[in-house]
Amino acid sequence: MTLVADPVPERATRDTGTGGPPPRGIVSRVAGWLGSRLLRGALVVIALFWLMPVLGLLVASLRSETSNRADGWWTIFTAPAQLTLDNYRDIVSNDTILDSLWNTVLISVPATVLVVVISAAAAYALAWIDFRGRDWVMVTVVSMLVMPIQVALIPIARLYGALDMFGSIAGVVLFHVALGLPFGVFLLRNFFVGIPRDLIEAARMDGAREWLIFRRVVVPVGLPAIASLTIFQFLWVWNDLLVALVFADPESQPITVALQSQLRQFGSNIDLLATGSFLSMLVPLAVFFAFQRYFVQGVLAGSTK
Amino acid sequence: MAGIALTQLDKRYGDGTHAVEGLDLEISDGEFLVLVGPSGCGKTTALRMIAGLEEISSGKVEIGGTVVNDLPARDRDVAMVFQSYALYPHLNVYDNISFGLTLRKLDKGEIDRRVREVARVLDLHEHLERKPKNLSGGQRQRVAMGRAIVREPQAFLMDEPLSNLDAKLRMQMRAEIARIQRDLNVTTVYVTHDQTEAMTLGDRVAVMKRGVLQQVGPPQELYDRPVNLFVAGFIGSPGMNLVSATLRSTEYGQYSVEVGDQRLVLPDGLLARRPALAAYDGREIVLGIRPEDMEDAALDGAVEGAVLGSSADLVEAMGSDVMVHFPVEARPVVTDDTVELARDAGEPVGSRGVGSTVLVGRFSPRTRIFEGQQIEVRVDTARLQFFDHQTGTAIWNR
Ligand SMILES: Nc1ncnc2c1ncn2[C@@H]1O[C@H](COP(=O)(O)OP(=O)(O)OP(=O)(O)O)[C@@H](O)[C@H]1O
Ligand SMILES: [Mg+2]
Repeated sequence: MTLVADPVPERATRDTGTGGPPPRGIVSRVAGWLGSRLLRGALVVIALFWLMPVLGLLVASLRSETSNRADGWWTIFTAPAQLTLDNYRDIVSNDTILDSLWNTVLISVPATVLVVVISAAAAYALAWIDFRGRDWVMVTVVSMLVMPIQVALIPIARLYGALDMFGSIAGVVLFHVALGLPFGVFLLRNFFVGIPRDLIEAARMDGAREWLIFRRVVVPVGLPAIASLTIFQFLWVWNDLLVALVFADPESQPITVALQSQLRQFGSNIDLLATGSFLSMLVPLAVFFAFQRYFVQGVLAGSTK
Repeated sequence: MAGIALTQLDKRYGDGTHAVEGLDLEISDGEFLVLVGPSGCGKTTALRMIAGLEEISSGKVEIGGTVVNDLPARDRDVAMVFQSYALYPHLNVYDNISFGLTLRKLDKGEIDRRVREVARVLDLHEHLERKPKNLSGGQRQRVAMGRAIVREPQAFLMDEPLSNLDAKLRMQMRAEIARIQRDLNVTTVYVTHDQTEAMTLGDRVAVMKRGVLQQVGPPQELYDRPVNLFVAGFIGSPGMNLVSATLRSTEYGQYSVEVGDQRLVLPDGLLARRPALAAYDGREIVLGIRPEDMEDAALDGAVEGAVLGSSADLVEAMGSDVMVHFPVEARPVVTDDTVELARDAGEPVGSRGVGSTVLVGRFSPRTRIFEGQQIEVRVDTARLQFFDHQTGTAIWNR
């Protein structure tokens, strides 16, 4: 470039020369600072608002039945002495609750593991293996996403009756698996197709068969999506009432059904309900935090340029 | 190690794109073959068919004398270096390099020995524990190379492995690749659209255009004896100047070309080397002049019949040489090939005046030419190239 007596190049350098944000006036800076403060404040308020029922539940579970009946949970702020662990002591000796909690585990874990494993394998095939009719399989999967669960209840209940599976834990698990698969396959397939083709082909050139590509490349790279699906499916099954209500008999009933039946029998035995619910909430929370670290951004960073 | 042979290799994609057409190519054991051509000419497709990543529409791929058409990629025992590197993002450098070996169930000690040896050669031994995201572009490129080398495959396939690097790094890695290939002596097919890489790396260079092989040969042969306008324009940087001219014989049995109203006299030996040229007497031909075959006549001395007069349009000092752009009063050449070349170079097609063509000369830095000056350009007439105006093929021995 030669020097020209023209204001244009000068303006061009000022526009492109500085890499950082444009300098701002004091007013806009104060406004920005206030804005971010306000935003943060608003977020805290919303979060607290959202947490209110949980907090109420926690406090209720820590108060005796008489206090719960006498006044609201917020009175603990003025009289913290009413807090007690009695409800928890009672509940760990309540066999119905404990058994049903265990049933919930027996239902949720296999229903989650099966959905995640099958979805991942199917998603890999649908994303990366060429076979005849692949698109139709995918269309079918997507169309099953829109099927409401209620539609399936009666036919499956009759089928289970014929197969003599009605009421068993296995029956509940199978129903959850069938229900969870379309979404699982859909979610993972959409993530897997985003993996660069070169990466899969590099593994292929390195001598890997499909199974090894799946296990050693696609699954590690797809962990964020797999973790999301795990949490989503686990929460769904853990908190499910409808499916269990239809398919589980009393020996295999999960905690949601157990708590619900308590509600019906005694009206307001809030001490048991609050404590049971809170116990049942702890596990999904633990699962969430256990998998949270896999939600890392940029798993693919550095793979390709 | 093994040679590779392609016979009438053809690829038609589902959408009808004819990406590779009847490709015949024999690459001998240990040879470094560079596949070069403009974007979209089917280089990657050809390479992927050798690799086994792309289905072959028709034709034959042989590696080491065995037809591998139906052999899946993993069993072909060739290694590929991808343009995008395609490193496994969740594995560190060591595991990236050893991935292929662990799949082959090699002994742990042997794997470790080979990985460390390769890492040492590629200067990666200090980064073995790092993840790809914490490596520089050049280091990533070397990991990608290492992953191929460590397997000691029958052949290397490389698809523009250097195109993501900056100019300086690219030059370093180019030398590195040349050195490694020489040391290992592994058959290599290297795809690029950079003709400098092609010229410096290849034992032989294959030039492709729109899926069709144009010419294969040692780099110097492609430079000295291009078979058509396309190869002539593609090989060399800046490209060969192409201009319409008319061939005339004089009564003394001498030949000359008329470039506009100027005349270049052909030296005696030239017609002996290109006997077919005689048939073009009085006809329009395409004259090719390489920039490096021109010089400022003020330095070289003007010789009658070997000089073009003009005025300098643009003077670019490059340090080691000076590029001088100057117009001559002759029709520019617009054929299929030149259009393709212009498209590849990102230049507008045929935007120059109809009656004048701009030539580029590469002059010695001692030249004093400045823009707008009247100049005389000395042309090395023994090195002129001639092409048929209709077909674009080079005129040699009919
Ligand atoms: N999967 C595909 N389906 C249809 N057409 C394709 C496909 N892959 C490539 N093509 C087409 O085939 C032709 C050759 O593509 P190819 O990738 O081999 O070119 P290339 O020489 O490697 O180009 P570049 O230098 O840009 O990498 C192009 O016209 C391209 O659009
Ligand atoms: Mg390509």
